[in-house]
Order: sequence, then C-alpha cells, then structure tokens
Amino acid sequence: MSQIQPRAQVHDIVVIGSGAGGGTAVKVLTDLGFKVTLLEAGPQLNPMKDFKEHVTPYQVPHRGAGAAAEIYFGKQQWGYFAAPNGFWEIEGEPYTVAPGNKFRWFRSRIVGGRTNHYGRISLRFSDYDFKPYSTDGLGTDWPVTYDEIAPYYDKAEGFIGVTGTHEGIRSAPDGNFLPPIPPRVHEVLIKKACDKLKIPVIPSRMAMLTKSIHGRAACHYCGQCGRGCQTASAFSSSQAMVFPAMKTGRLTVIPNAMARELITGDDGKVNAVSYIDKLTRTEKTIRCRAVVVAASACESARLLLNSKSPRFSNGLANSSGQVGRNLTDTVGYGLSGHIPALEGLPKYNSDGIAGMHMYIPWWLWDKKNKDFARGYHVELGGGFNMPGVGSFHGAAGRHEGYGAGLKSSIRAEYGTGVGLSGRGEMIPNEHTFCEIDPHVVDQWGIPVLRFHWRWSEHEINQAKHMHKTFVEIIETMGGTVTGLRNPEREDGGISVGGTIIHEAGTVRMGADPKTSALNRFSQAHEVSNLFVADAASFVSNPDKNVTLSIVAFAWRMSEYMADEMRKGNV
Amino acid sequence: MFKILDDVSRRDALRTIGASAALTASGTGVLTLDAAQHVHQEAASQKASGPYKPKALNAQEYRSLRRLAEMIIPPDAKSKGAIEAGAPEYIDLLCANNGELKEIYTGGLGWLDREMKKRYGALFADAKPEQQTAMLDLIAYRKNDSPALAPGIRFFTWARNMVVDAFYTSKTGFDDLGFMGNGAMAEFKVPQEAMDYALKRSGL
Repeated sequence: MSQIQPRAQVHDIVVIGSGAGGGTAVKVLTDLGFKVTLLEAGPQLNPMKDFKEHVTPYQVPHRGAGAAAEIYFGKQQWGYFAAPNGFWEIEGEPYTVAPGNKFRWFRSRIVGGRTNHYGRISLRFSDYDFKPYSTDGLGTDWPVTYDEIAPYYDKAEGFIGVTGTHEGIRSAPDGNFLPPIPPRVHEVLIKKACDKLKIPVIPSRMAMLTKSIHGRAACHYCGQCGRGCQTASAFSSSQAMVFPAMKTGRLTVIPNAMARELITGDDGKVNAVSYIDKLTRTEKTIRCRAVVVAASACESARLLLNSKSPRFSNGLANSSGQVGRNLTDTVGYGLSGHIPALEGLPKYNSDGIAGMHMYIPWWLWDKKNKDFARGYHVELGGGFNMPGVGSFHGAAGRHEGYGAGLKSSIRAEYGTGVGLSGRGEMIPNEHTFCEIDPHVVDQWGIPVLRFHWRWSEHEINQAKHMHKTFVEIIETMGGTVTGLRNPEREDGGISVGGTIIHEAGTVRMGADPKTSALNRFSQAHEVSNLFVADAASFVSNPDKNVTLSIVAFAWRMSEYMADEMRKGNV
Repeated sequence: MFKILDDVSRRDALRTIGASAALTASGTGVLTLDAAQHVHQEAASQKASGPYKPKALNAQEYRSLRRLAEMIIPPDAKSKGAIEAGAPEYIDLLCANNGELKEIYTGGLGWLDREMKKRYGALFADAKPEQQTAMLDLIAYRKNDSPALAPGIRFFTWARNMVVDAFYTSKTGFDDLGFMGNGAMAEFKVPQEAMDYALKRSGL
C-alpha cells in the first residue's frame, strides 16, 4: 500500500470516471455546493480539435481508414473519424477472456468517456422492468420501483434533452420530451409495413437537441453525432456536465489518472484513492471524505476487486461475492434488406440526427406464449448515408465482378437498403461474469479483468425471434434480405458479448447485503462513504439501453449522498 | 433548406462560432445557421503536385495497380474513374504504413503478373485489354474458386474493396452517388416529392 502524505489536502468527494455516471455525479454534487475532484483515465477533451464531425473522407489521405489501414484489420471498427481515444483494444491495457469464451470490451479513455460518441438512444425502463423476478421468475427484482425513479428520469431528460412523443405504450414510458424529428422516407415505409403486421413504430427518443436548452445549441442536422458534436447539440457528459461544473470553481479535473485502488482506514471507510499518473508513470494518492466510482460497469468492478485489505479480503464492498458477477450486455441481432421501392428515389439530405428517427418499442410484453423471456426494441437504419471506407464492401461482395456494371449497381443501390437491429434484454446467468486474472497486469501494474461469457437459451431464442420478425418486415416492404448486420457475431448471428457496449450488473444493488453490494441508493452496504454511479449498480439490463438510466440513477444517488454527507452519516 | 457558404463567409462563421460551440459564451447559446456552417471545413486542399511517387510498391507493381483500379471503377458517362479519384495513391500510401497490407498487394500483384506471363507471355500491365479482361473474369468471382485461382480471387477481393473505398470516399464518388449531407440545416425536412415517390412505388 502506498504512503499517504500526512498533511495532504482532504478532498470532499472524489469521482472516478467522467462518463454518464461520473458526469452526472459531478454536475449534481457541484450544483449542491460540494467540492469534487474528478479522476479520468484518459486525457482532457477539446471538442473543437478532437471531434471530426464535419470532416469528409477525402480531406484526409487515408480517407478514414487510419494512417496504418487499421480499419481493414479490425482495429478501428468505427473508423478514424469517431476515434475517441480508446476503442476495443487499448495498448498496454489488456483484458483476458476465458478459453472458449468470446467477449469484447469497448473502453474510452477521455473526459466524457463513451458519451462523446454513443448512440444517444434514451429509453426509460418500464415499470415491469424493475420487477423481473416477480414477472417471470427469472433474475432478481430491483430494490427500486418505477415510481421512485420516474422523477429522476424527468430530471435526466430535462437536462440532457431527449426527443420524443407521448404514446401511452407500457413498454416505452413517456417522458419529458423535446419535439420529435420527422421520419425519413425509408422509416415511413417501415412504419407502413409494420402497421400491417401490428407492430408499433414511433418517433425515436434520442439525446439530440431539436431545440436549444441550457445554453446548448439546437442541432444542425449534420448526421455525424457518432463522431462527437462540436456544438454539444448531441449530449455528452464532457460538454454538458463536466465543462460547466468546472466553471463553478468547485470541480478539479485530474486527467490521465488511472485509479488503482481505494484505500480504507481503520474505520472501514475509504479515506484515499491511489492512482497512476499516466504521464509520469508515478503513483499518487489523494485523500477524500467520500468516493463515487463511475469507471464503467466492468472497470468499477475491477477497481473494487483490486482494493483488497485484511478487512476486505475479497475486494472492497464484496462480502456478498457479487462484485464482477451478473454481468450482462444487450442481445444484438440485425438484418439488412434491399427495398426496390427505394430504387430511383429522388436524392435528399437524409442526415438529420445520427441513427434512427423512428423505432419499434417492444410490443409483446403481455404475450405469454414465447420461447424466451423478456423482449427487445428495434432500431431502424437506412438513408443516403455519407460514404465511408467499407460502406460498399457488402455491395461489392454481392455483385462481384468489376467495371461499368459494378459501378452502376452501386450507384443504383445507394440509399435502397434498410437495416433492422434488435436490441434485447439478457438475463444474468452464473456463467457470465468478470474476475481478476491472477496472471496478468497492465502496463501500470494493475491486475486486469478476465471475462467469462455465455448466452442462455432465452437470448438465443430471442435472436431467432428477431430474425423471423425482421424477415417479415423486409418482405412486407416488398424487399429481400441482403445480410446480417452485426459486425461481430456468434454462430446463428447473435452478437458477441460486449459488442453492443451496454455492460451492466457487476456491482449490483439490492435490499439484501448477502446477495448485493449496494443499497437502493447505490451506496455500498459495507462502506458508507463508497457510492457507485454507473451501470454496475443495475439489477437487470432491460431492452432500453443503459445511458439514460445511468444518468437518472446517478442523479438520485448524488442527491442522497449529498443529503447523507450533510447529516454526517457518510 | 440549407445553403453552402462561400469560403469568406465560412471563415467569418468560424470566428463567430468558436466561443459558443465551446459553451463559453453567455447568452442563449443558440447558433445561427450561418455560424453552424463552420461545419463545412475547407474543401479538400487543392494540392497542385506532380505525378505521385509510390512509397510502398515498385514502379512495375504500381503500374499494375493503376490498371486494376481503372478496370474496377472506370470512368463512365456520369463520372470519372478510380484513377482520377486517387485509388492507386490511397492503396500505396496505406501499404507504406502497414506491412501486412503491403504483402497482400506485392504478393497479389506478383501472382497476377506470373499468371499473365504463363497464359499470355506478358505482364498484366502490358497485356492486351482483352487478355486483362479474361484474367479478371476469372478472379472477380467466387464461383471460379479453385486451388489454381484462389490466391488471385483472394487478392482481387482486397483490391476491389479498396478501389471501391477510394472511389466512393472521393469528391468524385460523393458526386457520383449524389450525396447531399454532412452540412448544416436549420431544420430537418424530407421533400414531399421523395416521400410520394417511395410510397407510390411500394404500394404500402
């Protein structure tokens, strides 16, 4: 254990991680008057320099393939333009996967983390999502109800800005919405087809501003949100939360700080955080009154598991043995289709906000005769997208050949494809978890995670249901299926675990300290000044994507934490 | 609906926008459409340069690559071809920075030349157009896969993908497809004409 300087400053609150959870904690706690120190494992972000949303491929010699052609060798699946400092592999910071298992871990080391470029789909969990065990006997109920968290969904949506309409659909609770964005041509066709199949298609709920709020400009509809948004019209925790908190004078950001261990005192509380200053490769320690861990679900579990002491020999806050367990990702399965009705469509600028303007919420929640539990939503793709490296590999592979024929086929087909991507709920299972790999450390000397992954029949059957549904939709549109959409998939087409980038559950909350690490406010049962603000705390991983709920739960946690600190209970 | 600013007003927009975009400005933070036009970065730099000097491939290999590129995406009535779109330079540049990729190209082009020599007694780039076409008609299709042709088919898949990438990521390729986006719009609107066209065709 490292030395703590005896006269070192004691920080009120140290927040570890600056993504959706850490950003929210920083915003709420500084608003409430606390002094906060934020540790981020990556560099500071400069949107005007780091975000490349308006660069066209032909403005760089490598066209976005990466200077060393990375995109052709699976090293930068999202391409050079979206590079946020991280991705699937980080040099010097490995993770391992148990033999015979498949898992990919997307990490983003930069202020704002993955919120700088995420999809920004913002769906509330439904009332039944908080009661999975009561509903179907699988998984575990949350110690929180929809009614308790609903006011925080209101706050989260009001602050980050979410488009949407009031629909009164139980699986897709209505919220505090900005105006929706009009559908594109292919989305209207999908809706017409789905009307025939009795599948609902409604305006999407996305964290992009269709009007200006909180000093952030309204969207200018360039369609490149995934690259980061210089005008902060697409939500990111860096621009909407961390930067404004810095202006309060109550936030200190320490970038390039890789948390190594939480250090506990004789009273069993965290009294310091040990971290590696990556720029000097030296270990530093800061003292604190309380700590918020928000390093992303798996990274947060890793930090707790690596914070061992005689008193917490199983890792910090882990008497239950649940830290690292209950890992889930979203089930992903997708199909692309060619739609003849879109051939010859007059060209228009279909950019809008990146991703879907309409989506399919889960519609069979009250149907019992399914061969899988839980459900999925469907994300819609298509339109006249900006050409990039790889955009036409599918077409080239389908048409083969070369020359004038190939060229005219690609031209005629441009904009005639649609994509249907199912995003479904995975049920935690005993075979899927992360733990410390006893044999491997990263370049900072920190033991790394080893992942174990197995889909159950529920997820496999759900993916089959997606397949059947998507074929029906494409064929009802008069189209033909052209291929699978997930870039990384297992046999049968289901996504490889981790590749939908919705990890959750690894430091779960619960009413019973024997089966959970955190209480219903995301405070550790065993360590009163330790809080978790990311999706690690989630008891289940509904088909709603995690980020909006991370913000809502982190907001609630932060208010509770502030209250308890003022009362002297922390 | 949206307009492209000329370069002078783009520079003005860039000055106006900086503070607001970085969320440092007081006031509403609402960007005007003009200000948002900073999004159009300067058009691709009009580099006036002499003939490209290959960095990874030798002169013979580069000649073959140029001919391949020209055959994969040729000029037609609507647009220029892959050579004009910079495909050979693109591939050579990436080969110079990636040894694995370079091997794919030197190996593939070497195979192609040897095969052409065997069949026609001429290197690929020197062979007659009908001989070049006959060769590509074999290696451009998976159905011709055989131990004798497999290396050529594998290589041609790489070359076709990368030539296609280079062409469609060029300004020429954007224009060929009619891509209109990545600009700034005051509001998102779909032309009624487009909507009507697809609905009518779909019969939905």
